[in-house]
Amino acid sequence: MPADSASPNIPSSKPASSASSAVPALEVVGLRKTYSNGVEALKGVSLKVAQGDFFALLGPNGAGKSTLIGILSSLVNPSGGDARVFGLSIHADRGGVMRQIGLVPQEINFNQFESPFDICVNVAGFYGIPRAIAKPRAEKYLKELRIWDKAFQQTRMMSGGMKRRLMIARAMMNEPRLLILDEPTAGVDIEIRRAMWHFITGINAAGTTVILTTHYLEEAEQLCRNIAIIDHGEIVEDTSMRRLLSKLDVQSFVLDVTGFDGMLPQLDGVKLVRIDDQTLEAEMPSTHNLNALFAALTARGITVTSMRNKTNRLEELFVRLVERNDNGTRA
Amino acid sequence: MNDLAHPPANPAPVYAGSVRVRANLVALGTITRREVRRMLRIWTQTLVPPAISMTLYFVIFGKVIGSRVGLIHGFTYMQYIVPGLVMMSIINNSYGNITSSFFGSKFGRYVEELLASPMPNWVVLTGYVSGAVLRGVLVGIIVLGIALFFTSLHLAHPLVAVTTVLLGSTIFSLAGFINATFAKRFDDIQMVPTFVLTPLSYLGGVFYSISMLGSPWREMSRVNPILYMVNAFRYGILGVGDVPVWIAYVVMLAFVIVLGGFALWLLQKGVGLRS
Repeated sequence: MPADSASPNIPSSKPASSASSAVPALEVVGLRKTYSNGVEALKGVSLKVAQGDFFALLGPNGAGKSTLIGILSSLVNPSGGDARVFGLSIHADRGGVMRQIGLVPQEINFNQFESPFDICVNVAGFYGIPRAIAKPRAEKYLKELRIWDKAFQQTRMMSGGMKRRLMIARAMMNEPRLLILDEPTAGVDIEIRRAMWHFITGINAAGTTVILTTHYLEEAEQLCRNIAIIDHGEIVEDTSMRRLLSKLDVQSFVLDVTGFDGMLPQLDGVKLVRIDDQTLEAEMPSTHNLNALFAALTARGITVTSMRNKTNRLEELFVRLVERNDNGTRA
Repeated sequence: MNDLAHPPANPAPVYAGSVRVRANLVALGTITRREVRRMLRIWTQTLVPPAISMTLYFVIFGKVIGSRVGLIHGFTYMQYIVPGLVMMSIINNSYGNITSSFFGSKFGRYVEELLASPMPNWVVLTGYVSGAVLRGVLVGIIVLGIALFFTSLHLAHPLVAVTTVLLGSTIFSLAGFINATFAKRFDDIQMVPTFVLTPLSYLGGVFYSISMLGSPWREMSRVNPILYMVNAFRYGILGVGDVPVWIAYVVMLAFVIVLGGFALWLLQKGVGLRS
């Protein structure tokens, strides 16, 4: 039984039933992007995200995540290929696509001299939503994201966490069917992060499809049902979170111990390493029985006071996939 | 094969006809309202400076120097230069409003709110131009009001005056929008007013009649678009001008069409806005 390192405080969106949908929330077909400086950011990416999904799009810095999101949200011109949102093509019906999408970008991109309330109501106006509807909606989302008390102050007076929550409220003003979050919790403290995920899992449970990019893999593992990993402009993995995690055949644990006298027990299939007199590290196949390890340690008079995963499971897989892709690219 | 969580929802709803028209009008109203609020919020930067500088023009050129110039086309020098100075204020403020506002939205990245919205490009352009025209008109009214402290004026052709103001401010709003689209630094939006707009304004018949110029300066002045706006407006206010008013309309409409088409093309291609 692996000890799960994911925070129990992150609300899970995973109680999933299986269903199929004729029209995916997002279907990306052979999407390419080459910037004017010659950098090939996307090399024919294809991807499908089902309606109602909570989907993780992961990748190292510069992998092409933000370019892909930029194309979907009309901020970047594609060089080739197509993307369809609820069946609408970004080429044939840009306006129709934009009506389906709410975007929470990585960088702060609102007028810092306007108030959160004005920003939300104005953005609703850009979607053709009259002020009579936009005003109560702005109040609703600013309250849900706990920034209503700052609603009428200039946003430049707000903290970083508040600004990030404002961008989520703003993205909700057109009540999108597809919410795209590009590293929404970067630099946000744990309490605010938890509140943000509580809000977003609620939105997802109500039927909104969510696509998330994050460098906090613990979040992705806990929240997302499906995952794609992009590296060097290519999709290197596209599967369900469950299947991906089941590929992890080796896991490492950090054990806090007492009674260690310098002699490590020998155990088949387990690589046991001393970190210091109070800490041991054990690496073993994921199918290995932990009871045997505890029994061997107990026999040597060592008591395990606590244990944890050395790394997050998804992080382990992520690093392996990206390293494998790096080696493949170099070869 | 992915895991799915929810039963299938419907395809994207159709958004057409009167619903689309209403949505575009709401969007247009939102941009215009935001622009006007911005202008009024920073009124010490947008409304006061032209009032002060034009008061100085009226005092120095109109009163002190004008008293020695005599009549031009039957009007005192003060009366003669008022339409030109009003038009110059309208042009400068329309241009300045849209360059600072649109480039500011690029610089602060909140132009992305517009780009990632379903608004058609013509709504974005019309919204910004409307805001700039409204500032031009408001400044024009203020400057005209100040002028009335120095001289008396009668509106000879009100319709010509009003349409010239609207066309002239639209032309320079569009030009300002194009400038802001290409601009990468704040310096880039200062260069055009300094090196193009101000010289053209001064050489556009604001302070003199081109009939006072000799050849080839008189002929060269006719390629200056500001000449047509100033003289059409002067015709609207005083009933006199250096160019036939219909030619002024043709020139102004041609500029609106060419600049408007180019600005829409830039938005369509995402020049200076999308990677």
